[in-house]
Parts: sequence; structure tokens; C-alpha cells
Amino acid sequence: MQRRQLLATASLLAAGTAFGNRAFAQGGQITGAGATFPNPVYQKWAEAARGATGITVNYQSVGSGAGINQIRNRTVDFGASDAPLTPQQLAEANLLQFPAVMGSLVAIVNIPGIEDGQLKLTGELLADIYLGKITKWNDPKLAELNRGLTLPNLAIAPAYRADGSGTTFVWVSYLSAVSPEWKEKVGIGTSVRFPTGTGARGNEGVAGTVKNIRGAIGYVENAYAVSNKLVATQLRNKAGQFVKPTHESFIAAAQSADWNAPGMAASLIDQQGATSWPIVSPTFILLPKNPAEAERSRNVMKFFDWAFNNGSQLATQLEYIPLPKPVQDQIRATWKTEVKANGQPVWNG
Amino acid sequence: MSTGVRRAAAARRGNLGDALFAGACQAAGGFVLLLLGGIIVELFIGGLPAFRAFGLPFLWSTEWDPVSEVFGAGVSIYGTVVTAVLAILLAVPLAFGIAFTLTELAPPWLRRPVGTAVELLAAVPSIIYGMWGFFLIAPLMAQYVQPTLIDSLGEVPGIGALFQGPPFGTGILTAALILAIMILPFIAATMRDVFEQVPPVFKESAYGLGCTTWEVMRGVVLPYTRISVAGGVMLGLGRALGETMAVTFVIGNANRISTTLFGPGNTIASVVALEFGESETGSLKLSALLALGFILFVLSFIVLATSRFLLRSRLKG
Repeated sequence: MQRRQLLATASLLAAGTAFGNRAFAQGGQITGAGATFPNPVYQKWAEAARGATGITVNYQSVGSGAGINQIRNRTVDFGASDAPLTPQQLAEANLLQFPAVMGSLVAIVNIPGIEDGQLKLTGELLADIYLGKITKWNDPKLAELNRGLTLPNLAIAPAYRADGSGTTFVWVSYLSAVSPEWKEKVGIGTSVRFPTGTGARGNEGVAGTVKNIRGAIGYVENAYAVSNKLVATQLRNKAGQFVKPTHESFIAAAQSADWNAPGMAASLIDQQGATSWPIVSPTFILLPKNPAEAERSRNVMKFFDWAFNNGSQLATQLEYIPLPKPVQDQIRATWKTEVKANGQPVWNG
Repeated sequence: MSTGVRRAAAARRGNLGDALFAGACQAAGGFVLLLLGGIIVELFIGGLPAFRAFGLPFLWSTEWDPVSEVFGAGVSIYGTVVTAVLAILLAVPLAFGIAFTLTELAPPWLRRPVGTAVELLAAVPSIIYGMWGFFLIAPLMAQYVQPTLIDSLGEVPGIGALFQGPPFGTGILTAALILAIMILPFIAATMRDVFEQVPPVFKESAYGLGCTTWEVMRGVVLPYTRISVAGGVMLGLGRALGETMAVTFVIGNANRISTTLFGPGNTIASVVALEFGESETGSLKLSALLALGFILFVLSFIVLATSRFLLRSRLKG
């Protein structure tokens, strides 16, 4: 008898965890899942927003692909993806897409005697390195760019993200933009067939590999490079200028982007502007256009509205780049026109 | 009278309890079979689109290009089998040494602590092995082991090709090394158990004829237990095939088959672990990953079934 009671309690508990999220909806709880790239800033925002707005955000960084799956099945209130969905994909799943924040990538190297910000590289050379066409650090092409530095006769060991990731998506988008050969032979995706090099798991894996191997080169999010004091390189931007990865160079890239692309999928890769850093990318939020529960959908918008108004400093502290003001207003306008429950706009702020 | 009634009631209750208990146990047993069958069927159905799209060549195609949606299991199967077999080659001599020491050489007071320590190796979570491998073993391999091997064995004709290339630290050999340590306790424990089951009278007869400890081991213990030892090795092989996290950290994760042992590769389990998060429902990639899971399941099933078959007499005894 006792055992049966125990069983009943256990199954009740199991049911409780399965349906609990829905049951507590009125408490201002929302769930999101997806991209790992913006996870630190979403967590920070969630923490700060709970006190300010009373909305509890439960964000799980399960990867963009998994996040897209979950929002398609409507098991979460919002999805997050580093790679934008195509207008057709958005229409099929009846989703609204908007950018939430931007981030940047840097190339990191481990060459004896080379310090942070010293080495100059171009996108074409990066592509050639990752294609396996340039294999030594004292290659004449590299030496010519870096006349003041003595580059050793050392094999180049490219490291890449082995797990499917938005970081890789942004990185290969850049390589494809600057190298027709990369575009043709490898292409763009969250995981691609790298012709050479070694793969590691996560930012920490790539950073660890670069630290371990003399002559290694890798790519990580700027936030990760800064907090771990990794040796980053300069890059030549579209205007032909060599720039260092600084907040100013990221902002410059964001300002020259075209935010009117379908799905607000602005490309910030290799932008114009003398001071623009070439590898900047927005990360996106996916929201159902026909939410089953208007209240939860409204809370999602309230949360991002709060983040746009008050979260810029938190984002900057974590080395992310807040969206420009006009873009934020543009997003609020699309909320009003696009997301409707029973024909009524959910957002009326 | 009243005691009789009470006894009868107790017996009835007992019968009901027995029936309930028997039913619950049988249900639990059946549940395992159902679960196993369910997983196989589910993996197969999930992988079906990939099997359909690529046909039988899926098994040996070395292509894995998520951008153009062309997938093949060749490299992963190769990496899985090569790392597991290498791990066995490294672990078996060591496990034999441990079992030999524990059953024949070590003084009795030392056998239990050493035996427990070996078994505790099996309790270390695999992520710990992975981090240890990546942050400690891989740099050591890159700095000392691999350069030494490249300079010494790299020039030898024939096997030299196995020891060439840049010393990344990670790669097939490092993965096999970590795997060897992980499966060591399973093989060593099985070997020790079966060595202990050799009837003392056999060994004493051999000693009586003037055999040395090694001669007794080679001439009596090993022939008597060889099938069970092979079963223990298969058990280790089964574990090595499916190991995920530790291998993912140190194998280098590249979809290439390289001739050198220092080259990066991947295994079925590591590919699935790394790619799953970025695969969308209904995509060919997800199906290919599930198909890989199915292949791994079949591989491990064959190996573990063989192990059970070889060990059957020992397990009964």
C-alpha cells in the first residue's frame, strides 16, 4: 500500500515537472532555448530583468539547431539562433525573427614571440590557411604583410570548432565572403567539411588547442579571447585598413549594416567603413506569430524591450555589441504588426 | 479455530503477494526487452532516410559534408574501430600484468587495495578522463611523446608512415591511450576473476613438477581460462566502441582518414555528440546521425554478445 502511494506520488511529481512550466505561466515565467553564442548575455539579462520586470526567463543554451526545433514544436516560448532562418523557413513555421544583440569573432594564434594585436592578416590569407594552401608561418605572403615581425619557420596548425556552432557559421560566412575558392569548395554552415586542421569542442576547446600547439591558429568569440587574454590578430577590412578587435571597430561595422533585409537578417560580415571590424554578426530570436498564450508571448517581448532599454551596459561588459537605437525601434514596430493572438496585436508598448 | 482462520488468511495474502511480485518481476524483465527493441527500431526508423538516400555505400563513404548534405559513415566507423582496437592492444598487456600480479605475485595484504584501486578507475566519470586527456596528456604528447616517436620510428620503412605528421597532441593515438586506461579496469577485473577460478590442484600439480610461476601461468592458467580472457577483452572492446566524451576531447575531430596515428579523426559516438545540437528535425543530417547511432548499436551489440558467449561458462560457474 505504502509502495503504491509512493509510486503515485512519483508519477505525480513527474507529471508536475512536465507540465509545471505551463501551469506557472501566470507568474511571468518564460522559456527559451537555442544559441550558445549569446548565452552569457541572455543569462545576465535574465538575472537583471527578474528584479526589474518580475519576468523569470529560463534560457537553455542547447545549440541553434535544437532551439529551432523546439520553437517549431512550440515547446518553448522563444527560440534563438545564430544563423538567420530564410524567409521561406520563417513562413513555414510561422515565426517572426529579430536580432537581439551582436557579437564578434577574432582569430587567435600561438607563435613564439608574437604578442596580442601584432600579427596582421587578411581574409584571403585566413581562407588560404584554412584551405591548407599556406602551411608555414614564414610564407612569403605572410612575411610581406608583417615586415616588422620575424615569423618562424613553423608549421601552421589550424584549429576549428568540431561541434556544430553559430561561431563556425559566422567564421565560414566571413571566409566565403572574402574567398571565392572557400565558397565553392567548403561553403557555409554551422558545421562544414574543413579541408585541414584539427577540431575541438567549444570555445574553450579551440582556445586550449591553440594554447597547446606552437604554430596553431584558431577562431573564438571576442568575449572569450578578451577574458582569457588570448593573442588575437589584426585583420584587413573591406576598406583596406588593418584594424584591431576593439569595441569601436565593432560599433562601426554595426552602423553600416542594412537592417531592412527580410527577417531582419542583416549581414555584418566584411562591412564598408575605414574602421569596421570585418567579422561581426547579430544573433537572432524566433517568436511565434500566432502565440497559443498571448501572455507568455507578451512577456518575451517585455523582456527584450527591457533588455534593449537597459541591457546595453551589461552586454558591453560581456564584450557583446548592443543593437543601434533605430534597429530597436524597428523591432518593436514589427512586434506590433506581426505577432497577433485572435487577430489582436500582442504587443502594444 | 481463530488461529486456523488467521493462518489461512495469511496464506491467501501470501499467494496474492507472490503473484503480484512474480508479475512485477516479469514485467520488469519484459520491459528491458521492450526498451532494447524500441531503441533499435527507433534508431533504424530515424536513420532510414539516410540509408535510403545513400544506400549501402553509406557504410564506407568517407564523405561528410553538412553544407551539401552528403553523408557517409566510413571515417567514423574507421575511427571507432581503430581507436578501440588500439586501446585493446595497449590495455591487454597491462591488464594481464595487473591480473597476474594480483593472483600470483603480490603478497595477500596488497591484493585487496590494488584490486580496489583498479576497480575505482572504472568509477571515474568519462568527462574527467576527457579533461585530463585534453589539458594534461595532449600537451605532454605534443611536447615529448610524439616528437620522440616521429624522430625515432618515423624514419623506419613500413611502419614509419604511422608515426609522421605534425605533433598536434590530440589524435587517434591519444584517444586510444585514454580509452586504454578507461577499459583497463574491466579487462583486469575479468582476468583476475577467471584466474582465481583455476582449481588450485592444477596449479599445485604443476608446481610439484618444478614449474616456475611464469610456466604455471603460461602452461596451466592461461590455457584453462583463455576463452574467458577473450570474453573479458571483448567486454573492454565493447566499452571502447561506445565511449563518447573522453574521446571527443582528444581525438581531434576531423572527418579524414589519415595514415599517421597522430592525425585527427573521429568516432561514431563523438560525431553524434558534437553534431546533434545543430541538427534540425527532419533534416538529412539528423537522419544520418541516427543511422550512425544504429550502426554503433549493432557493432556494440555484436561485440558484447560475443563477449557474453565466450564468458558464459565462467558466469554460470
